[in-house]
Amino acid sequence: MPGVDGFIYPNEVELQWSVLIVLYPFLTGLVAGAFILASLERVFNVAAVRPTYRLALLTALAFLLVAPLPLQMHLGHPERSFSMYLTPHRESAMAMFGFVYLWYLMAVLVLEIWFDYRKDLVLAWRASRGLKRKLYGVATLWSDNISEKALRVDDRIGRFITIVGIPSAFLLHGYVGFIFGSVKANPWWSTPLMPVVFLFSAIVSGIALVLLIYMALCRIRRVAIDMPCVDTIARYLFYAFLIDFSLEMLDLIHRLYEADESLRALDFMVKTRLFVSQIVLQILLGTLLPIALLAMVQLLRFSERTRRAIYAAAGALTLVGILAMRWNVVIGGQLFSKSFLGYTTYKMSFATREGLLPAILILILPFVILAVLIKVLPPWTGGGEEKPVKA
Amino acid sequence: MDCRERASQVSRASGRLRVEGASASLAGAAAEAGRTTSPGQDCRAPTARPPERSGDHGVPASDGERGSGGTKSPGQEINRRAFLEQAGRFIILTGAASLAWDYVLAGTPQAAPNYVATDHWWGMIIDIDKCIGCGNCVRACKAENDVPTDEPGCYRTWVERYQVRPNDMEHPIVDSPNGAYDGFPEIDKPGDGVKVFFVPKLCNHCAHSPCVQVCPVGATFESPDGVVLVDKDRCLGCRYCVQACPYGCRYIDPRTHTVDKCTLCYHRITKGLTTACCEACPTGARQLVDLKNPADPVHEFMRTHKVHVLKPNLATGAKAFYSGLDGSVR
Amino acid sequence: MRERFRHVEHVFRAALLFVGGFALFLVVRWALVPADFGVYGFYRAGALADNQALPLRYAGQAPCLDCHADVAETRKDSRHARINCEACHGPLARHATGDFEIKPKALNPRLLCLQCHTQALGKPATLPQIVAVDHAPEGPCIACHKPHRPKID
Repeated sequence: MPGVDGFIYPNEVELQWSVLIVLYPFLTGLVAGAFILASLERVFNVAAVRPTYRLALLTALAFLLVAPLPLQMHLGHPERSFSMYLTPHRESAMAMFGFVYLWYLMAVLVLEIWFDYRKDLVLAWRASRGLKRKLYGVATLWSDNISEKALRVDDRIGRFITIVGIPSAFLLHGYVGFIFGSVKANPWWSTPLMPVVFLFSAIVSGIALVLLIYMALCRIRRVAIDMPCVDTIARYLFYAFLIDFSLEMLDLIHRLYEADESLRALDFMVKTRLFVSQIVLQILLGTLLPIALLAMVQLLRFSERTRRAIYAAAGALTLVGILAMRWNVVIGGQLFSKSFLGYTTYKMSFATREGLLPAILILILPFVILAVLIKVLPPWTGGGEEKPVKA
Repeated sequence: MDCRERASQVSRASGRLRVEGASASLAGAAAEAGRTTSPGQDCRAPTARPPERSGDHGVPASDGERGSGGTKSPGQEINRRAFLEQAGRFIILTGAASLAWDYVLAGTPQAAPNYVATDHWWGMIIDIDKCIGCGNCVRACKAENDVPTDEPGCYRTWVERYQVRPNDMEHPIVDSPNGAYDGFPEIDKPGDGVKVFFVPKLCNHCAHSPCVQVCPVGATFESPDGVVLVDKDRCLGCRYCVQACPYGCRYIDPRTHTVDKCTLCYHRITKGLTTACCEACPTGARQLVDLKNPADPVHEFMRTHKVHVLKPNLATGAKAFYSGLDGSVR
Repeated sequence: MRERFRHVEHVFRAALLFVGGFALFLVVRWALVPADFGVYGFYRAGALADNQALPLRYAGQAPCLDCHADVAETRKDSRHARINCEACHGPLARHATGDFEIKPKALNPRLLCLQCHTQALGKPATLPQIVAVDHAPEGPCIACHKPHRPKID
């Protein structure tokens, strides 16, 4: 059979989970990571990252709204997906997805954004006319209460929501790791480390994303990039990366040392079918190089311009690396047979329902939504003073 | 032993081949049971019991056809027609579930059946030493259950051929061309001293099934009589169960976009028939067994043979028991 | 009273929205979940019935022998005695239930017999095996071996 090496069970010839399922953990990871960055300021009072606080929340929202889309496009019967809310099987990690997602979207993210933006929304409601006025009215639930007392209440509630939001973000992406990590039939996935690895790689990717978006938007708006802000973000990115890399190395070393039945099959797979995506993209370019770049910044002095370039490069490489990591987990876990005696190939189509084209469009869509959100809920008015960039 | 039990044993016993010279085996014990009734004996005389309760031999027309023409004796005519009327019969549970039974009845006009699910706990015994790799079971399954034959990766059951070199259990050469739908081609260059055998595989109908565990909406489940089934009306096609099955026995039906797999011919075994694969096996390598039936030969077989399940380290509670399974089998 | 809670009225409105949404969800759930769900386990009880109501294509041994008792007699102590009729003749439920327009397909002896009897590694020694080109290649198997009683006396 073309594309098959060795022996695979006859039903394993085609992969079950496609590139769309690769996107889902990538998108929710970005959400969790962006939220953790926002919580740095709100809960841990890291004032330096304040300029990115609202931007991080909006980024999280934009990506969270798109996250179910690849799943729906993958399902054989997307019209039945609501059954996960009607009859959720409590033993299934995937069943809990609906509720964790809904909780995080409504009770954490939307509420936090609402409480933080409420004053601006009320002011906009008062100042606008016509359709815009109606929409802002809905957004404020027709309450124009922005007294000092009310705003203090908002602040306290917002802080509380962020505190609840941190474990919620852990849960949102940790359970995705658990969905893979709890499948005892698949040794590439089955490890208790999986939720933790997913979580820390999510934090890494989310921080990198907000960093890049912030720097890009500053450029577009011609304002100066707040260097203490991005320096701090880069530092946290570095710390998170160290933890993430350690966890992944721990998993690898553990596998190599125990050398159980599956290792031979997995080892061969990594060296052949997954070489580019795992060794080159994920480990070398996506992890070691960004860590090296960020380490350099921590250890040596560079000019602001150089630092900005390093952050941009490190951020971009990080995102590529984390996307590659999701690919290696999802696709890699299906390339080898559960008989451990053979391999199949992933034939990714282009313009079909689960092909590369929808995958690319799904990756672009959150940025479009983010652009709309930034227009409607400008993140700049809540922040610190901004300096225009020198011409 | 009442007429019905004898009849169902006949229908299952007749699927076993007594291989000459073989030691007392499942086939032998079953043959004994079967021989208490000769095939032509009519234990379904209409006067023996009401027609509604008959039908152990009679078979409704396939493809939902309900006619019953042709020339037959009146006794057979009544039994067959009565059975045909109950072609969609259901199960009944005793005691507390009888209230719940009303809900089931509410959606189904047919009369109550004679199959009590909790009296049964289905499994299968596969005797590796008897399998000759003819592929009859694969063909029969596809015919009985309308499984696609021209789409890749749609197999409810399949047969694997193992070539195990001496002292090299970890690297068997395995093949399963088209799931053995057309049998096996000759081995090109058999090595010296290589051990060759065939392993039929199917859904193991695990008692602690990982596929049931991961289904998010309860679309796959284990029936009260131990058969893991799929609810085609609720399945989302998320494929999580396909990932969770360690044995690779699930697949997506490209026509319905839902998950499909071996149902242990549930529509047959609940009517006293045996599965299509067991029916078609010429050597008796595959045997349907009812672990709750004290008269089932499986108990004697398990006492006298060493049986194995696939991937026991995963503790799935698999109910496909292999006799003569080699350590190289994956 | 209203004045005391004026500064948190928006919180109450948001809370009301959430409670309302949850209530709506409960109503939808009550309406959409099938009545027979969860009766025997975490599944729809009707699925058992759905799986039982599938058509039969194989009749099983007994109905064949009911009408074809002569074959039963021939086969009784032959080496093919324990092979079910449909293992060779194919699924015949429709024929067995009276649709005699449906007849068993004419079998190609060379293909059918060789499926089991062609010599191959992995088959037990007790199974008679031949190499087709060496064993009477000119004629069909049934020229010498009657399928219901294959041993040549």
